[in-house]
Amino acid sequence: MEVAAFYGFSALAILAALFILFSKNLIYGAFALLLAFLGIAALFVLAGADFLGVAQIMIYVGGILVLLMFGIMLTQRAIQQEGPSRHNRVEVPITRKVWGFVIGIGIVGVLAKIIFSANFRMSGDAVSRKSTIKTIGVELMTSHLLPFEIAAILLLVALIGAAYLALNRNPAQ
Amino acid sequence: MIPNPNIPEVSIPSVIQNIPLQHYLILSTLLFVIGIIGVLTRRNAIIIFMSVELMLNAANLLLIAFSSYRSDPSGQVFVFFIMAVAAAEVAVGLAIIVMIYRNTRNTDIGFLNKLKW
Repeated sequence: MEVAAFYGFSALAILAALFILFSKNLIYGAFALLLAFLGIAALFVLAGADFLGVAQIMIYVGGILVLLMFGIMLTQRAIQQEGPSRHNRVEVPITRKVWGFVIGIGIVGVLAKIIFSANFRMSGDAVSRKSTIKTIGVELMTSHLLPFEIAAILLLVALIGAAYLALNRNPAQ
Repeated sequence: MIPNPNIPEVSIPSVIQNIPLQHYLILSTLLFVIGIIGVLTRRNAIIIFMSVELMLNAANLLLIAFSSYRSDPSGQVFVFFIMAVAAAEVAVGLAIIVMIYRNTRNTDIGFLNKLKW
């Protein structure tokens, strides 16, 4: 049952990722990204990280994906803006695509060689499933307290910076 | 997947014993490389952005798999920080893409050739 769920969600994530890679429509790509995030959240839960699975759904699906949708809608051309001053499509030679795939397949080969030559073993015996929320909370509040506070400041700075960057400085537009 | 006798007994969820660690690693590798190919071959800035998110998720999955197999909660804490940084990155990156669109009326990175040598 768990094995079937693992392979099912893996297939979902990989197919959604491939759809993003080949889709021409941005909105379809964003919805495929939603599927990929959901599949990866399910894999988090299967790997015993229930808190991070929920955090994945809340942060990525609820926050990042909605922001991406806003970005797509803010950067789409309206039909009436088509005119002689509009740029044409940039022609990119096919060699770039070929090199992209060659480099990707090369990285797959190197990583697969490392993965199959390493000898990973489990450290310990299996126990019954228990929640990781308490462990993560204790870790965050004791040994990782300073990075936790720095992350809070980073989020505040990024929020202010993004609002300042996206400000419309030309009121005539 | 035999237990290591040198390390004292620690807690590993019984769920993940059914799936070899290699399968998690291969899945993460595939997702990461799909992200790399997306960054290298696509030209729309938002699609490149989505591919970067996919690569971040692949790294998170790898960290969580190793954290469960080593029964070390530090990996999950790292993933928590990566998620916070990814949220910040998306906010700033999308603001930059919106500014690029305001300046070039396009999100195709082929138009960003002002600094080309």
